[in-house]
Amino acid sequence: MAGSFDESGADLELVGVTKRFPGFTAIENLNLTIPAGSFFALLGPSGCGKTTTLRLVAGLEAPTAGRILIGGKEVTATKPHQRPVNTVFQSYALFPHMTVLANVEFGLKRRGIANALALAHEALRLVELDHVASRRPSQLSGGQQQRVALARAVVNRPALLLLDEPLGALDLKLRRQMQLELKSIQGEVGLTFLHVTHDQEEAMTMADTVAVMNKGRIEQMGAPEELYELPRTTFVANFLGQSNLFTGEVVESGSDAVTVDIAGLGIKVPRERAQRHAGEVTIGVRPEKLTLHTRKPDTAAGVNILGPGVIIDASFTGVSTQYLVQVPGLPVITVFAQNMAFGPVAEQGAEVWVSWRVEHGFGLADEPEPEARFAADDDTRTIAVQRRQRLEDELDEA
Amino acid sequence: MAFGAFANTGPDLSAAAPRRRSYVALILLAPGVLYLVATFVAPLVSLVLTSFKEPGGDFEVGEYVYAFRWENYAEAIERFGEIFLRTFGYSLLATVLALVISYPLAYFIGVTLRRFPLWQSLTLILVIAPFFISFLLRTLAWKAVFADEGPVVSFLQSIGVLGPEDYLNGTAFTVIFGLTYNYIPFMTLPIYASLERLDLRYVEAGGDLYAGAGQRFWRIILPLSLPGVVSGTLLTFIPASGDYVNASKDFLGSTNTVMAGNVINDMFFQSFYPLSAAVSILLMVAILIPVIAYVAKSGSEELL
Amino acid sequence: MTTQEAAVLGRAEEAPAPRRRPRSGRGGAGSWVVGAYSLLALGIMMIPIVYTIVFSFNDARRTNIVWRGFTLDNWLGICDDPRVCESFGNSIIVGVTATIAATILGTMIAIAIVRYTFRMRTLVTVLLFLPMATPEVVLGSGLGSQFVNMGVERGLWTIIVAHIMFCISFVVVTVRARVASLDPSLEEAGRDLYASPGQVFWRVTLPLLMPGILAAALLCFALSFDDFIITNFVSGNAETFPKFVYVAASRGIPPQSNVIASAVFFLAIILVVVAQLSAGVRRRRLAKAG
Repeated sequence: MAGSFDESGADLELVGVTKRFPGFTAIENLNLTIPAGSFFALLGPSGCGKTTTLRLVAGLEAPTAGRILIGGKEVTATKPHQRPVNTVFQSYALFPHMTVLANVEFGLKRRGIANALALAHEALRLVELDHVASRRPSQLSGGQQQRVALARAVVNRPALLLLDEPLGALDLKLRRQMQLELKSIQGEVGLTFLHVTHDQEEAMTMADTVAVMNKGRIEQMGAPEELYELPRTTFVANFLGQSNLFTGEVVESGSDAVTVDIAGLGIKVPRERAQRHAGEVTIGVRPEKLTLHTRKPDTAAGVNILGPGVIIDASFTGVSTQYLVQVPGLPVITVFAQNMAFGPVAEQGAEVWVSWRVEHGFGLADEPEPEARFAADDDTRTIAVQRRQRLEDELDEA
Repeated sequence: MAFGAFANTGPDLSAAAPRRRSYVALILLAPGVLYLVATFVAPLVSLVLTSFKEPGGDFEVGEYVYAFRWENYAEAIERFGEIFLRTFGYSLLATVLALVISYPLAYFIGVTLRRFPLWQSLTLILVIAPFFISFLLRTLAWKAVFADEGPVVSFLQSIGVLGPEDYLNGTAFTVIFGLTYNYIPFMTLPIYASLERLDLRYVEAGGDLYAGAGQRFWRIILPLSLPGVVSGTLLTFIPASGDYVNASKDFLGSTNTVMAGNVINDMFFQSFYPLSAAVSILLMVAILIPVIAYVAKSGSEELL
Repeated sequence: MTTQEAAVLGRAEEAPAPRRRPRSGRGGAGSWVVGAYSLLALGIMMIPIVYTIVFSFNDARRTNIVWRGFTLDNWLGICDDPRVCESFGNSIIVGVTATIAATILGTMIAIAIVRYTFRMRTLVTVLLFLPMATPEVVLGSGLGSQFVNMGVERGLWTIIVAHIMFCISFVVVTVRARVASLDPSLEEAGRDLYASPGQVFWRVTLPLLMPGILAAALLCFALSFDDFIITNFVSGNAETFPKFVYVAASRGIPPQSNVIASAVFFLAIILVVVAQLSAGVRRRRLAKAG
């Protein structure tokens, strides 16, 4: 097997893979194909099964059922050291008792590659760390360690490179820098990257394809823009950015739009952007797509309007201001307004309306949960804000 | 190879994994565990059997046959009951003294000297230094220090604490002193280990939440270092209660300071094996009961 | 409205007025007392060490109790009392053999305990804990009476058997901590980088456990070298260095014993200081790199 690895990466196929641990199922019947040469991200909260998936591919865990194929060859029963796969571990797992160079050479030497030393130096040059080759990993900074871990994996030219949240331990600025570096290295070496992360921004900026995982299943898969603009489930809508979600009955199902009854108002969603066209449905719109009005806007074709409501909180975040709007009978609506003018568009307590263009809305596929109909007041700030509102109302009355 | 891979589908793998694991564990465990069974468990059994032996037919000294002579225990308790009480008194006192000396010392090294790593290392080396000089020779050194013509006795006589005919060697004082001294490192090191890890921010948080110095100690520092105190206490009390060097007449003791260990040793070398065994078993049971109770009460399961 | 709600609303009026905080306690008179007390305790603890070393230079005659003047004769003629040298040699043989055997057996158990699940785990744990919780005199008399019952002639090898026994538990405790703190992803990285299970063990696991294994071996050697209580029951006519001192105690200890003890002491101190210094240098280098 030595030396026979594919230079341009290979397809990864998971067929009906299930992994059960005593007491719980980490992955349930997972089918996934990752084409050669792509940068694929598995995105999900901790415990969603993404790391288990990665370990199954690396061979560090054996699946309970199902098959794993790399470049069309079955590797399900193959030991990790016999698989053409390398991992950049979350903790980097650099051998502390070896120099940086010895770490990078390690895999090459185990496979008996002749010019291991030259290849290792070349890999270190790729990550711009050849000058620290004789140091121990503990003498390097976090970002340098991360790059050594990457070099140690890439130098083997694996068919598939697995990245297990490799940027999690770095601070924000370094993380951004490393994201760009990783992406450019992927372009240079042309391997297939499988990246596991819980950081949605990281997944979106780096990957060609993102799969959102939840509870051992893939909820939705696609290009980052597609996932963001057209989430298909409540989980994706909330995990990838923020969403305003409303639940109501479909009152009219036209040829180009579906009309849903939200708090007595007919809200339209484009037919091709709605997963369900009848019965109880959940529809949503991203906060930045909303426009805030201090006067009731005129009804117009192609625009949805909700209101009147009251601004219960306004927080300035720099590029935008985040408003929380309470419309009676609806969950609190979040609006991101660009700071185009100096100062807030509307004051707290002001009466406002929100509107958005029909084509920005989306309809979700999952059954609406009963509680989604009511105010989703599960975050403490909203509770505090509402309490204060109520208290001030009482004081006004007194 | 492809066939093999196909045949080896998921369920087989997961079933195979744990079996292989316990097989490796067995190989790793077996030699050491069997060794301990042969050299620790079997001797304990042998000790119990010996403790019930009775003298052999021809009444030659050291000749015994297997029997169930429980009277050996009655004899042991009758003859050595007082010695058992003394053993516990001495070792308990030595443990308490070692704790009183060790805690401030461990605190000083682990907390006060934290900002001076060099001094911390140096004092730590001083604590373990007695380990490196022969146990017997350092005990004999104390015998010389406390000798009748020695500096301590002369000084105490000159200030009138001791009368002109009084002496120190061979008294309960020197035996308890020797026990305390010899086992202090066993007390200091575990306490140091838990104090060294103590996050001072907890103490600062205590101060922030209106705890005075005393309360910070009782409510924060002491509870957090309790695991160290528990293991230090055990590491001191257990060997101290079985010690027979300090109490031996050639060292710091005399015939008035005989401890259980001396009895076991003397009976064994006078070939009274059953009596020696009976005293051993009694000592072990008498120590294990309070130790288990203490461990259960302090809830420390991290002894090993 | 409860104070909790007030806190949520960010209104401090109803919160109790802050009491004056006591001084947070670093420095101050308290630590001076603790420091002086500790230094006094350490000073007293050094007395027997200084005494033993000083009397290794004593121009002793029959006994080595009274100071008769400085000489290097004892150091230059360690083997003038052949029993001192012989017993010291025996102690080295026993210590080295027992250390090697106990370190191997104990390390294997430590790895099994941390890394594998097996039946009768509690039983094994108790079996390892008990030798440490049993007074040495009981261990010694037990093994001694077993050798008597079996009619085994006692000598150096029975001492080695006994020392391996009481060392194993200490080795397990020491190495276990190291195994437990070993990041499993390091071994996974080895497997991921094409190392076979054997190569992972020899190239990754063992080198990483080595500091713990060495510490365990040193501890075992120190325990073995200084053990008298157990040795006394299982030694027969064989004499280790501590047993020689015990036997000689009633007649008078030759000054050469002090030489041996002092030499071992200096060697151990040098070892520890070097280990501490190199750890310190590493730490400082790390701090610089970070």
